[in-house]
Amino acid sequence: MNYILGAFKPACHISITFSDGKSRKQVPLKKENGQTAMVPLFQSQENISGKISIEPVSGKKVEHNGIKVELLGQIEMYFDRNNFYDFTSLVRELDVPGEIYERKTYPFEFSTVEMPYETYNGVNVRLRYILKVTISRGYAGSIVEYQDFVVRNYGPPPSINNSIKMEVGIEDCLHIEFEYNKSKYDLKDVIIGKIYFLLVRIKIKNMDLEIRRRESTGSGANTHVETETLAKFELMDGAPVRGESIPIRLFLSPYELTPTYRNINNKFSVKYYLNLVLVDEEDRRYFKQQEITMFRLGETS
Amino acid sequence: MMIADGIEDEEKWLAEGIAGIQHNAFYLHRAVESNNLREALKYSAQLLSELRTSRLSPHKYYELYMRAFDELRRLEMFFKDEDRHGCSVVDLYELVQHAGNVLPRLYLLCTVGSVYIKSKEAPAKDVLKDLVEMCRSVQHPIRGLFLRSYLAQISRDKLPDIGSEYEGDGDTVMDAVDFVLQNFTEMNKLWVRMQHQGPIRVKEKLDKERSKLRDLVGKNLHVLSQVEGVDLEIYKDTVLPRVLEQVVNCKDELAQYYLMDCIIQVFPDEYHLQTLETLLGAFPQLQPAVDIKTVLSQLMDRLSNYAASSAEVLPEFLQVEAFAKLSNAIGKVIEAQVEMPVVGAISLYVSLLTFALRVHSDRLDYVDQVLGACVKKLSGSPKLEDNKATKQVVALLTAPLEKYNDIDTALTLSNYPRVMDHLDAGTNKIMAMVLIQSIMKYNTCVSTAEKVDVLFELIKGLIKDIDGTLADELDEEDFKEEQNSVARLVHMLYNDDPEEMLQIICTVRKHIMAGGPKRLPFTVPPLVFSALKLVRRLQGLDGEVAGEEVPATPRKIFQLLNQIIEALSNVPSPELALRLYLQCAEAANDCDLEPVAYEFFTQAFVLYEEEVADSKAQVTSIHLIIGTLQRMNAFGVENRDTLTHKATGYSAKLLKKPDQCRAVYACSHLFWVDDQDGIKDGERVLLCLKRSLRIANAAQQMANVTRGTGGPVTLFVEILNKYLYFFEKGNPQITSAAIQGLIELIKTEMQSDTATPDPASDAFFACTLRYIEFQKQKGGAMGEKYDSIRI
Repeated sequence: MNYILGAFKPACHISITFSDGKSRKQVPLKKENGQTAMVPLFQSQENISGKISIEPVSGKKVEHNGIKVELLGQIEMYFDRNNFYDFTSLVRELDVPGEIYERKTYPFEFSTVEMPYETYNGVNVRLRYILKVTISRGYAGSIVEYQDFVVRNYGPPPSINNSIKMEVGIEDCLHIEFEYNKSKYDLKDVIIGKIYFLLVRIKIKNMDLEIRRRESTGSGANTHVETETLAKFELMDGAPVRGESIPIRLFLSPYELTPTYRNINNKFSVKYYLNLVLVDEEDRRYFKQQEITMFRLGETS
Repeated sequence: MMIADGIEDEEKWLAEGIAGIQHNAFYLHRAVESNNLREALKYSAQLLSELRTSRLSPHKYYELYMRAFDELRRLEMFFKDEDRHGCSVVDLYELVQHAGNVLPRLYLLCTVGSVYIKSKEAPAKDVLKDLVEMCRSVQHPIRGLFLRSYLAQISRDKLPDIGSEYEGDGDTVMDAVDFVLQNFTEMNKLWVRMQHQGPIRVKEKLDKERSKLRDLVGKNLHVLSQVEGVDLEIYKDTVLPRVLEQVVNCKDELAQYYLMDCIIQVFPDEYHLQTLETLLGAFPQLQPAVDIKTVLSQLMDRLSNYAASSAEVLPEFLQVEAFAKLSNAIGKVIEAQVEMPVVGAISLYVSLLTFALRVHSDRLDYVDQVLGACVKKLSGSPKLEDNKATKQVVALLTAPLEKYNDIDTALTLSNYPRVMDHLDAGTNKIMAMVLIQSIMKYNTCVSTAEKVDVLFELIKGLIKDIDGTLADELDEEDFKEEQNSVARLVHMLYNDDPEEMLQIICTVRKHIMAGGPKRLPFTVPPLVFSALKLVRRLQGLDGEVAGEEVPATPRKIFQLLNQIIEALSNVPSPELALRLYLQCAEAANDCDLEPVAYEFFTQAFVLYEEEVADSKAQVTSIHLIIGTLQRMNAFGVENRDTLTHKATGYSAKLLKKPDQCRAVYACSHLFWVDDQDGIKDGERVLLCLKRSLRIANAAQQMANVTRGTGGPVTLFVEILNKYLYFFEKGNPQITSAAIQGLIELIKTEMQSDTATPDPASDAFFACTLRYIEFQKQKGGAMGEKYDSIRI
C-alpha cells in the first residue's frame, strides 16, 4: 500500500515499494507539512529491499545520465535548516545512462543495514531515514523521489534496574521520602511508587507527578535545550499529615514517549525526568526532579 | 450580613456544580447510548471533576455527590456490558487510571472495581485492597470522606465474606475485615482532620458540619457488624482492638464520643460482654471532654437489657465478672478525668447501680459497693451544692428502692446512709419522703429493731431538726405532710414477735423523742397506738409463761407509754396527752391492771387540772374522761368512787351553764353501766339528773336576766331524753311522774312570754314526744311502762 510520495514530476512517475510491504508494520510519521502518514517500520540490521518502478508520462521518453537509489540517515537541526547531516549513506546504482520509453522496474536491496539511531521528531531536531531515488539528467535538473521509513531499535531489559529512593525536604517545613520502583522504564511501563510524608508544616493543596522531556541539541556554546512536560498526573488532592503515605501508579502507555537518547552522533540528546511537584495553598510550588531512563522493549506483534 | 452572603454564595456554587454535572451527564448519556467508551470516560471524568470543589459545606457537597452518584450507577451498568464497549474489564481497570485528576480517577476506579469484582476475573480481596490503598491519594477531608464512602457503598455487597459468592480460598473473611477496617480508619482520620480546615470558620460551626458527616464514618462499623464471618474470635482479636486503637489515637472528642457509642450500638451484646475488658480499657484513654458517662451508661443499659432478655445469658455475666470490670472501669475513668464534675461521676454510678440491680439483683454487696464508691467520691466535698448532682444522688438512692420494692433491702446497705449524709437538708428530706413513700406504696413491713434504727437514721431529716435548718424556712403545710408521713410510717413497723416489737417501739421512741415540740404531736400518737396494739396482743398471753422473765409484758409497755405521753404533755400538748392517757387507761383496764389504769386516769386528771385551761377544751376533755371512765370495769369501788367523784366535780365546775348541765347529765352514766355486772346506782343517777335540771333552770334564769329572753329549751329536752333512757333501762328512781313533770315544765317554758322560738329545739321536743307516743302504742311491757305518761 505504498503511495508515491512527493510531487508529480512532469517527466515521469517514480514509485518505491518494499518487498515485504504488505506484511510489514506501519507506523504513523509526522511529515514536514504537519500531516501524518503511515510508513513502514524497520530496525537496525534488517534487509531493506524492494522495487523501484519508473513510468514516463504518456509516451514521453526520459533521457538520463544514470539512476541510483540511496539509503540515508539524516540529522536535521531546525535552527540550521537545510543543513542535513548524513550519518548513514548507502548507494545502489540502478541503471547506466540511457533512455526510458516505458515503465521500467528495478529491484534493489540494502542488506543488514546498520541503523543505530531511531527515527526522532523533536522540537529542535529531527532524525530521519529515507530512500532517495535520483534520475540524473544533464539538463532541467535531476528527478528525485523520497520514501521515508521509520527505524526503532529494541533492546533487552536492563540487567540492573534500581529503584529511585530519596529523602528531600525544606528544613522545618516539609520533609518527604519518595520512591519510584525503577530507574529505567520501558515505554509501556507503569511507574509504581509512593510518597511518604515525614513532616508537613505547609498547607499543601495538591501534588502532581510530571514527565518531562529534555532535548538538547548542538554542543558547547551552541547547545540548545528544550524542555517539554509530556504528562501532568495528579497524585494527591488535599493536605496530608505526617505519616501519610500516598501511592503512585502512573501508566506510561498513554503518553508519546521515546527511549532516552544519549548524545546521538554528537548532535543531540533526549532525556526524561520525573518531576514531583507539591503545590501549597498560596500556589507556591515545591518540586524535585529525577532522571529516568526510557527504553524500548521488544514488541510482541 | 456576611453569613447570609456566604450562604447565598454557597447556593450559587452548588447550582453551578449541579449544572456542570448535568451538562456532562448529557454528553455522557449520549456516549453511553452510542457505546462510545472513550467519550464516556472523558465526560464522566469531567462530570466527576465537579466534585473537586472546595467551596461547599458538607451538607451541600453531599447534594452534589448524590447527583454524581446517580450518574456513576448508570456508568457502572455500561462498564458491566463488555459487548457494548468491547474493552475487557482488566483493560478498563487500567484505562480509567489514565485520568489526570486524582478524584475523578479514583471514582472511576472504584466504579470499574465494582464491575471487576463482579466479573470474578480477579479475587475480590485483591481488588478491594487495591482500591482502598489507592484512595489514600485523596487527603482532602470532605472529598476523601465522600470518596471512601462511595467505596464503602459499592463494596458492601462484594466483601469476601463467609457464604458470599466472592469468598475466595483461604481466610478471606480477614481480608474483608481488613478492608473495612482500613477504610474506616482512613475515613475517621479524614473526619477528625476536618476540624483543622479553613482558619476563618468557627469551631462550633465546624463541629456542627462534622456531626453531619459522622454517619459516613460510622457506616463502616455497621458494615463490619453485618459481616457474617466476624465471629466473636475475630471481633475480639482484630475488629475491636483495631477500632479502639483508632478511636483512642484520633484524640478527637467528637469522634471518640460518637464512635464509642457506635461500637456499643452496632455490635451484639454478647460480644460486648466477652470483650468487656478491652472495651472498657479504652475509656480512661479518651479525651477529658468526652461525655463518657452517657456512653458508658448506654453500654450498661444494653448489657442489662441483654441480661434481662434471657436467663440463660446470666452465667456469662458472672463468668466474665461484668460487674467488677465495669466498676473498675468507672473508677479508672473518674480517676483519670480529674476535671469531670461530680454530677458526671454520680451519674456513672447511677448507671452502674442500675446495671447491678438489673443483672445481679441478688448481689446486694454490689449495690453497697457502688454506693461506697460514690461516698468516696463525694467525701471530698462536704455537702452537694450542685443541683444536678443532687438529683443524681437521689436517683442513685431511689434505684434500689424501686428495684426491691422493699425498704428492707436498702436498710441492709451500709453505705446507703452515708450517701444520704452528703445531701443538703432539703434534699435529704425529699429522699426521706421517697423512702417513706416507697414503704407505703409497697406496703413493706419493717420488722426488726435494727432496721428500724437504720431507717430512722436515714430519715432523720424528718425526725429532728438538723443543724442549720431554720424553723421559719419551713412551709407549714409541707411540714405537716412530712410529719404525717412519719406517723404513717410508724404503723408500718411491725413484728409478730412481741419482744422484737417492743424493741421496735423502743427504737422508734428513742428517735422521735428527739423531734422537739413541733413534731411530737404528730409522732407520739401513732407510736402510742402501735404500743397499745401490742398490748392488746399480749392481753391474752399474759401469765402464760409464768416464772420466766418475759420482757414484753403489758405492764412494761404501759410504763413506757407513760413516759412517752409525759413527754408530750411537756411539749405542751395537754389535750392530746390527755386523750392518749385515756386510751392507755382503757387498754390497762382491759388488761385488768387496775393500778395502771388508775395511774393513767390520775395523769389525765392532773393534766385537766393543770394544763387544760381553755373552756372549750375542758368541755371536750371532761366528756372524754366521762366516756372512758364509764367503760372502766377494773376499778374497785374505792378507786371508782374517787374518779367518778372527781369527774362529776369537774363537770359541775365548767364555765358555761349549758356545758355544766350537759357534763353533769353525762355523769349520770357513770353510775349506771348497762352491763350484766355493771354498777347500777339509780339514786346517784337521779341525783345527777336533778342537778343538771337545776343547772338548766339556772341557765334559763340567767338568760332571762342578762338578755331578757329565755334560752331555748334544748337543755330540758336533752335531760328529758336522759330520763327516758334510764326509765327504759329500768332505773327505779326514774318515775313516769318525774318524766311527766319534766314534759310539763318544757311545755310551760315553751309557752312563756320570754321564750325564744327555736325551731331546732321545738322539733327535738316534738320528736321526743312522738317517741313516747310510739312506745305507748307499741304495747307490751314497754307500752305499759309508758302508759302512765300523758302528753
